Amino acid sequence: MNLFAFNLPLIALIPFLGAPLAAYAAKFSRQASAWVAALVTLLSLALLGPIIHLPFDNQTLIQSWSWLPSLGLDFAFRLDGLALLFTLLILLIGLLVILYARYYLSAKDSMGRFFAYLLMFMGSMLGIVLSENLIQLVVFWELTSLTSFLLISYWQHQQDARDGARMALAITGAGGLAMLAGVLLIGHIVGSFNLTEVLAAGDQIRQHDWYLPALVLILLGVFTKSAQFPFHFWLPHAMAAPTPVSAYLHSATMVKAGIFMLARLFPALSGTEAWGWLVGGAGMITMVLGAYTALFKHDLKGLLAYSTISHLGLITLLFGFSTQLAAVAAIFHIINHATFKASLFMVAGIIDHECGTRDMRQVNGLLKYMPHTAVLAMIAASAMAGVPLLNGFLSKEMFFEQAVTATDGNSFMWAIPVLVTIGAIFSVAYSLRFIHDVFFNGEPVGLTKTPHEPPRFMKIPVDILVMLCLGVGIAPMILVAPILSVAVAASLQTTPPEFSLAIWHGLNLPLIMSFIAMGIGAVVYFNRHKLFRWHDETLPRIDARTLFNMFLHGLLVFAGKVSRLFDQGSLQNAVSWVLVTAVVALVFGFSQFDSPLLGDRSLLSVDLLTLAMASVLIVASIITAYMHKRRLVALIIVGVIGLIVSLGFVKFSAPDLALTQLSVEVVTIVLLLLALFFLPQHTPQERSRKRLTRDLILSVTAGVSVMMLAMAVLSRDYAPISDFFIENSKPGGGGTNVVNVILVDFRGFDTLGEIVVLALAGLGIFALLQNLRLPAPMRDIDGREWNHDPHPPIMQTLTRLLFPLMLLVAVFIFLRGHNLPGGGFIAGLIAAVALISQYLANGIDWTNARIKTDMHVVIGLGLMAAVITGIVAMMLSYPFLTSAFTYVKWPIVGKFEIASAMAFDLGVFLVVIGATVLILVELGKLSHASHQVFEQERS
Amino acid sequence: MEWLVSLVIGVMTASGVYLVLRARTFPLVLGLTLLSYAVNVFLFAMGRLQVGQAAIIRPEATAYTDPLPQALVLTAIVIAFGMTAFLIVLALKARSELGNDHVDGLIYVAEEQANNKNESKSGASS
Repeated sequence: MNLFAFNLPLIALIPFLGAPLAAYAAKFSRQASAWVAALVTLLSLALLGPIIHLPFDNQTLIQSWSWLPSLGLDFAFRLDGLALLFTLLILLIGLLVILYARYYLSAKDSMGRFFAYLLMFMGSMLGIVLSENLIQLVVFWELTSLTSFLLISYWQHQQDARDGARMALAITGAGGLAMLAGVLLIGHIVGSFNLTEVLAAGDQIRQHDWYLPALVLILLGVFTKSAQFPFHFWLPHAMAAPTPVSAYLHSATMVKAGIFMLARLFPALSGTEAWGWLVGGAGMITMVLGAYTALFKHDLKGLLAYSTISHLGLITLLFGFSTQLAAVAAIFHIINHATFKASLFMVAGIIDHECGTRDMRQVNGLLKYMPHTAVLAMIAASAMAGVPLLNGFLSKEMFFEQAVTATDGNSFMWAIPVLVTIGAIFSVAYSLRFIHDVFFNGEPVGLTKTPHEPPRFMKIPVDILVMLCLGVGIAPMILVAPILSVAVAASLQTTPPEFSLAIWHGLNLPLIMSFIAMGIGAVVYFNRHKLFRWHDETLPRIDARTLFNMFLHGLLVFAGKVSRLFDQGSLQNAVSWVLVTAVVALVFGFSQFDSPLLGDRSLLSVDLLTLAMASVLIVASIITAYMHKRRLVALIIVGVIGLIVSLGFVKFSAPDLALTQLSVEVVTIVLLLLALFFLPQHTPQERSRKRLTRDLILSVTAGVSVMMLAMAVLSRDYAPISDFFIENSKPGGGGTNVVNVILVDFRGFDTLGEIVVLALAGLGIFALLQNLRLPAPMRDIDGREWNHDPHPPIMQTLTRLLFPLMLLVAVFIFLRGHNLPGGGFIAGLIAAVALISQYLANGIDWTNARIKTDMHVVIGLGLMAAVITGIVAMMLSYPFLTSAFTYVKWPIVGKFEIASAMAFDLGVFLVVIGATVLILVELGKLSHASHQVFEQERS
Repeated sequence: MEWLVSLVIGVMTASGVYLVLRARTFPLVLGLTLLSYAVNVFLFAMGRLQVGQAAIIRPEATAYTDPLPQALVLTAIVIAFGMTAFLIVLALKARSELGNDHVDGLIYVAEEQANNKNESKSGASS
């Protein structure tokens, strides 16, 4: 097997596998957990190694496996330039963040949990960028929402962390749902969910009537994820996360997922007016608003959060221009922003770590305390501001140039460069604030500790990132041009346009805009105090969190009210709603029915015995309903009904059903008797006459409707599908009892499901009865004391004698089941009755001492037998649960059939015994315990 | 015969529905038991009623009963038992947690308790 045939899915899945490992390693040492996380990341990188050259050779690697072929879905991965760029960003920055987090997290924080979450997030992110199938992409998309929820709420004891995480999850999760809807629409338009086809069908999508809905839905996903206006407000609240998380998720990766989608679907969706207005508009507003707000944030991370929003807006705006060169600039800025913003977040974390606060009104003049960090921060912040010789400058210049040229012909075109410049002015101002407020501007105010340089390894990730900022800024053609051009080629799905990453383009409009931004930005910053006062006094405070919480609260209250309309905690009420609906639907159905109620099938004649039995049954049913207040009497009458039903099965040629009904009847009545012991012996009179009348009408209507329905069917002929089963039962399944062959062979999978349900019911009951203590009545309903000789000798002797016989019957019924009435279900019930009668006659202690088998084990063995039978068939490369049979000759017995279905039936047999006995004995123990209390009190 | 069986199904359904609409757990469980009889017989009857037909494959048999509804009903009977058992234990658990066997909502329980208190008070005063 060639490992490299499936390394794309492995790259994305290895972090998921590594997550529990990282959590486990934390048991041994904190260091170990970080090492595991780093090694897992390196392993993913190593798997990327052998295929990394493909995008550079203009090849797109696709690895796919059939997933749901009937829906045309594949489990498919794709590596092209764009995917490669993002994979590298995710893995490399992830590696740096892991190193940083190792030193950032304090001794109180759980290392294992952090790295496990981080790895799961990394895997989800890789899944997004490497997906070829759009549905699969959305699955990973939602996984990033979930894992980022875990990461943001990492400090679970903090209220703001929990709130922020919930908000992020609600907004990005909802956006993900919108995106799923959009993807489904696109799949419908194109006829495929594979990117290869979708990207090639751009014109078809744009001309389709559903283009606009699809676009809007996908953009909802993009805008929520990438914090675009008006969904931007979750990002600042997500800053309650530990700083490594902010550096990773909220600068380099997760918020870029939305942008990634813009780049990915660019050939399929872009180029229309709607795209331009929606994408460009949201991007423009977000860019200016984010930059403006960032200046007024006193919290370092708050400033960076809004700056991130602004830069994401810038990238979105570039995609909104729809030109090829704008896409180049956008992708270039994605790389640059990831490097400088991740390093700035790390610096913010270092400052927080060393000063105990991130408030820029307190944190001042740190240059002399931590010169190394200061230099790094200043370079990164300058890159953010767009200072020449740094990477931010280059992409910003490209951005300005696009702002000036890309929108020719639009009547608002003059506004775009102006707004862009305003955004840039604030961008310069807040970058300056980051540098000047933190590292200069006097002395620190009111810090609890003296700041100093952080541990060396905490700075290394920042060193590397800042080095990249400088390197890309000075030598872009060498460092970034190759990967940029393959990423652009993949995003545009065509050869990339000519672009130049020169530092000097001559004195042109973009350069002038840069100078204006820097000049006015500096002026704005140095007049900041006036501006802050004006901002604090004049602008109303809108706290998005309060609004969001109000909205959420309102939604919950509203939902509660709506469900209270239908459900007042009353089962009667709920059931009557269901019944009324069913009756109305039925009556409506009958009234639409224009053929006569009865068909022309010749009816059977009634014989006297059947008539008598049916009359008893009808009377018994009515008595049960009428006498239900006397519970014991009602229960006994229900037993009568069950017995007559089983006789009915005999009459109408269904021996298997009769046997099953009979044995189930026994256990059901025993069960209900045991339970009745703990419930009131009679039902008090109900108060409402009106309700009784309503119920009577409802039940009679239901009864008449069902009767009519049954009659309508019974009086018509039909073409059964059962001929197939009858014909193939013997030659295909090797048995003459068709019912049993259907159960264990034709529909074996259904039966497996059914015994699983039974097993779960048994185990669930066991769990429910644990530690349950119920007051047991001292006397029966007529005030008589219980008989304190619960185990009469005659019954004891008789049941002990009968026990082997009963088991023998069970085995007999089991063995003949394939060919004659019987089988696992019935045999299991008979054996269960045999066991239970021992418990009843001899008491729990006596029987438990002799039957030591734990019924849990019996259930487990039964399920195992059934499943293994199925798996054996699979291993012989037949479908699951295919059965085989052969005949052997035994002495005395003669020719005997052995079918693999019998092993399956054995599983059924064991599960039925296990579950039934477990249920009844657990219930019996309960009354046993209360009897013991009773006896003690007597003596 | 068909009319008789339909009538039986109808009566069992009516009684079952009436019991399911009661306010206490035990009648509810009885009602569900009755309903499951009705449903099982109904399902079984979908294979049409056949008296004295072969259920087992034999060379001399010419026609057979419909085995498919029978197989469906067979498992339905067993599952109905599992469900009844689970329900009744749930009823016991509810009794132990809530101290009563009501299923008609907490509002009614509170009302009834208030009534009982008043009654016992008036009884004491008289």
